[in-house]
Amino acid sequence: MRFERRERPSAALTLLAPLGAIGAALALAGALIATAGANVAEAFGLILQGALGSRLGITETLTRATPLILTGLAAAVAFRARLWNIGGEGQFYMGALAVSAFGLVPGLAAAPAPVAVLACLVAGALAGMALLLVPVTLKLRFGTDEVVTTLLLNFVAILFVSMMIEGALRDPLAFGWPQSVPVPDVALLPQLVERSRLHAGLLIALAMAVAVWWLQERTVFGMRARAAGLNARAAAFAGVPLGRTLVLVGCLSGGLAGLAGAIEVMGVKGYVTTDLSPNYGYSGIVIAMLAALHPIGVIGAALFSAVIFVGADSMSRALGVPSYIADVTVALSLLTMLVALFLVQFRVRR
Amino acid sequence: MSVLLDILASVGLWEAVLRIATPLILGTLGVLLCERVGVLNLGIEGIMAFGAMIGWLTVYSGGDLWAGIAAAAACGAAFGLLHALMTVPLGLSQHVTGLGITLFASSVAYYIFRLAVPTASSPPTVEPFRPLPVPMLSDIPFFGPVLFTQTAPTYLALVLVAILAFVLYRTPLGLAIRMTGENPHAVEAQGIDPILVRIGTIMAGSALMGVAGAFLTLAAFNSFFPTMVQGRGWICIALVVFALWRPGRALLGAVLFAFFDAFQLRLQTAVDGVPYQLFLMLPYLLSILALVVMAQRARVPQALMQPYRRGER
Amino acid sequence: MTRVLELSGITKRFGATLANDAVSLHLERGEIVALLGENGAGKTTLMSILFGHYTADAGTVRVEGEVLPPGHPRAAIRAGVGMVHQHFALAANLTVLDNVMTGTEPLWRLRSDRSGARARLAALAERFGLRVDPDARVSDLSVGERQRVEILKALYNDASILILDEPTAVLTTQEAERLFATLRDMAAKGLSLIFISHKLHEVMSASDRVVVLRGGRVVAERATRETSREELAELMVGRAVDRPVRPPATPGPVLLQARDVAVAGKGGASLKGVDFALRAGETLGIIGVSGNGQTTLAEVVSGVLAPAAGTLTVRGAPLASGVRAAIAAGIGRIPEDRHAEGVLGDMTTWENVVLERIWSPEFSRRGVVRRGAARAAAARILGDYDVRGAQVDGRVRLLSGGNMQKLILGRVLEAAPDILVAAQPSRGLDEGAIAGVHRRLIEARARGAGVLLISEDLDEVIALADRIRAIVGGRLSPAIPAERADARLLGLMMAGDWRAAEGIAAGAEGEAHAL
Repeated sequence: MRFERRERPSAALTLLAPLGAIGAALALAGALIATAGANVAEAFGLILQGALGSRLGITETLTRATPLILTGLAAAVAFRARLWNIGGEGQFYMGALAVSAFGLVPGLAAAPAPVAVLACLVAGALAGMALLLVPVTLKLRFGTDEVVTTLLLNFVAILFVSMMIEGALRDPLAFGWPQSVPVPDVALLPQLVERSRLHAGLLIALAMAVAVWWLQERTVFGMRARAAGLNARAAAFAGVPLGRTLVLVGCLSGGLAGLAGAIEVMGVKGYVTTDLSPNYGYSGIVIAMLAALHPIGVIGAALFSAVIFVGADSMSRALGVPSYIADVTVALSLLTMLVALFLVQFRVRR
Repeated sequence: MSVLLDILASVGLWEAVLRIATPLILGTLGVLLCERVGVLNLGIEGIMAFGAMIGWLTVYSGGDLWAGIAAAAACGAAFGLLHALMTVPLGLSQHVTGLGITLFASSVAYYIFRLAVPTASSPPTVEPFRPLPVPMLSDIPFFGPVLFTQTAPTYLALVLVAILAFVLYRTPLGLAIRMTGENPHAVEAQGIDPILVRIGTIMAGSALMGVAGAFLTLAAFNSFFPTMVQGRGWICIALVVFALWRPGRALLGAVLFAFFDAFQLRLQTAVDGVPYQLFLMLPYLLSILALVVMAQRARVPQALMQPYRRGER
Repeated sequence: MTRVLELSGITKRFGATLANDAVSLHLERGEIVALLGENGAGKTTLMSILFGHYTADAGTVRVEGEVLPPGHPRAAIRAGVGMVHQHFALAANLTVLDNVMTGTEPLWRLRSDRSGARARLAALAERFGLRVDPDARVSDLSVGERQRVEILKALYNDASILILDEPTAVLTTQEAERLFATLRDMAAKGLSLIFISHKLHEVMSASDRVVVLRGGRVVAERATRETSREELAELMVGRAVDRPVRPPATPGPVLLQARDVAVAGKGGASLKGVDFALRAGETLGIIGVSGNGQTTLAEVVSGVLAPAAGTLTVRGAPLASGVRAAIAAGIGRIPEDRHAEGVLGDMTTWENVVLERIWSPEFSRRGVVRRGAARAAAARILGDYDVRGAQVDGRVRLLSGGNMQKLILGRVLEAAPDILVAAQPSRGLDEGAIAGVHRRLIEARARGAGVLLISEDLDEVIALADRIRAIVGGRLSPAIPAERADARLLGLMMAGDWRAAEGIAAGAEGEAHAL
């Protein structure tokens, strides 16, 4: 058996393959649901029902999709330029922590809301950037592989958060629970829908997706970043400043992940704990891959994941199937998507 | 100063070193095998989680401790096969596939765990491996308790280092493995199928990762809980670079690392006024440091992360 | 004589192209057969089928009368067929002994017999005069030594039939002569050999019989002593080659001057004390065996690498480092490796056209790409330079080598550069495409540009260059006028023997002063 590269992958195949991949992932997840003794059709029905069947479900799904869009974009921009930023989780926490620290700045509470919100968003993004710039610098300076360094820094970042919320940023009114001081009210993101948790962060995330698309497709930076990712040697020959491009990509990627953390704090929680993120950073990697690294596709992939996560929670409560089924489904869809993208590119020969 | 000396002089510290090192030794050997044959296996973190769960579950449901180890090895090999099929014949991105395997293996592990134990506030325990004093040798003062009063899997890990070194450097199979990681075309030209060599070796390496996970639940602790692997898999990946892809140095690296880990654990309780999180960060920061220092002079397997397609150069 | 190898009716199709069309070929014991053909004639495909790397669509391979099962390199090895690849199939990090021993013992044997292997290797090396240290790491060996390891590897497998794919591609003339002496000796000792080549002189001097492939078919078979270079050239190309005629040079002022340039390159590819001057309206040819620093030289002049010492000046002004500075100074760059450096296969044609000039106000404003202007420029080049099969928004990967090179030439020449650096500009192209590339280079020179032509193809350099230097171990030989060049002199220059060239250069300088 051998594989031959297709000269021109057909459009139909390109469109159908991701659907096939999702279908395969759902089928495999269904098999696991069956082993739990639940009715598979009923379970999937409940997932859809829970995520999209009510006003509360829909707003929850959108709320859940918001940070996923941003961490998905963070991974997508980095992977496009072959910067393997697996540190979205740590950058997310640094962004969240920065907002909470920024809340202590005297005068912020008295500032006009737009100023306070903007300042906090920028602080979050900068914190995410700063964390990613460490491995990027190590890569450029010493040739250290960023995959492992970004992964390891996730643990460092979370320990740092833990240290801060038990120390300098500890909320004295939290009855001993380790959590940070709350963000001042002026810096909270406005609600989008009454009696829901859905907040303006969703609009920021959507705007960011469009902005990233524009950056990648329309600017010199985007063109250079793509070139660097596709073939660094040819890019260097064409005069692309590889180091500087990588640093800029790192700033963008880390900034987006940091922004995700900031927005989660400012829109949902109001304070930081060490369980702020149910693996948003890692899920972002899956979402980026499901979207084939396309910034607009990230929105769809993030919504898909959010549906699974939110729906599985309510299905789990009803049927007793462990809610980890959501993580399994999303991970499976990453693997099946990889194979599907391969089949779009190659044809199988005897 | 005297605090440091007290810690260094305590037998407890040194006893703990080999125990902490064992999963790292096994995991690092697993990564080393995969990378020697030219494939990065970021699935290790998830494979360790699954190995930990399945080892525990086997024993919890009445199996023998060694049956637990065997189950972990078999499941590790199965995930290895999945990783190998995707990265070798299909040539998919080793980074992304490996992360996918990690996410998949760990979430399935947690799922199965929750199926087995739906509602327990504290995770159920099993009777773990007991220390097995080596007759005579364990009576030697200091060295006896430190080296010769370990659990059986620790001895197994130490023996595996020697076996692996022998296989890699002294057998035709080991030469084929090393050659595949350097130049699969050369292997093919000599009539050996590099794809099969890669698949088989990745399975073997992944089996070791599974056993590394099982050690956590069956010897180091006595129960399973989600997130218990805590980045140990990623540390193994860093340790392989530190080890320059050599089994002997992998042992050295794992032991050194375990020493620092055991040391910081004791330092946490001995030193006041420093947040314990700073100590917990040390292992991760040390791994990064090791990567930075060694990346400079590493003789990386030349075909690492180069997919091999027959007839393409 | 006994027939040791027979290929009959071998046919192999890749997609739409017929790589081998009913090819038949045989080899007698103790014979050296040359398989002659241009790039793309199907030589390598044929040998890969013989060796089991590919499976033929039709036809059989017989060794000593027995049919080889297709698609099994192992069966070919067992039958005594050994292959010496063009790109050596060696592991640089492992030792010579490791490389030779791989796959020679049963895979599941519990212990390698390394001392036995060492003794056997030493005996083989002794018998065929292929001395090499068994414990040396391959990365520490010279190219010639690596080739010896490749041959030893085949002999160690008890090969009685040896196939060499373009064995001299990376050797100096002198090393090549030595190799052919070794091959002769092997044939005398009863081995049978096939070597693949497109170099007429070595085919004439080293083979007993020549089989000529063209377009995937055997077009002729001749006993070497009954044929001539001219006949073979015509058979190989299938038509008379018309290389372009070039008008005499009218050298102008010095455009590019290198003084004592040194760079530490990868492996043996450093530059040491490189001095040269390139004048307007002339072509300076740099010849040399690959791996002697020509890649590094091209990269330095192209702005990809910064010199560690020495200076580069353009029209007397020092050249700042970086690609952008080089392009801004009027240097047009044709890279050595089209696929790896010249284009980004997965980006569109227009992006490939403008990427290296994206900083210019013509193609971007305040960091935003001017897509209209960029696409218009690309469309213009596709038309003017006759790039076939390309669309402005299509991916470049699908272009043929010749059209890809046309695209690169177009994007470079469109800017009318004063200085043109062309590294291996016709490597891997067919004759028609080569003629097109040469015509463009001659036009650039006629327009007054200085052309720095770095090439391993001696015929190309003789046809295009006005002055020729050789690069050996990162140093440049004195320049000789192209009219004085012949194969022997150039061979000596490439081997590092510059005495004759120095004499000629001194003479030429004298003449120049006399004028």
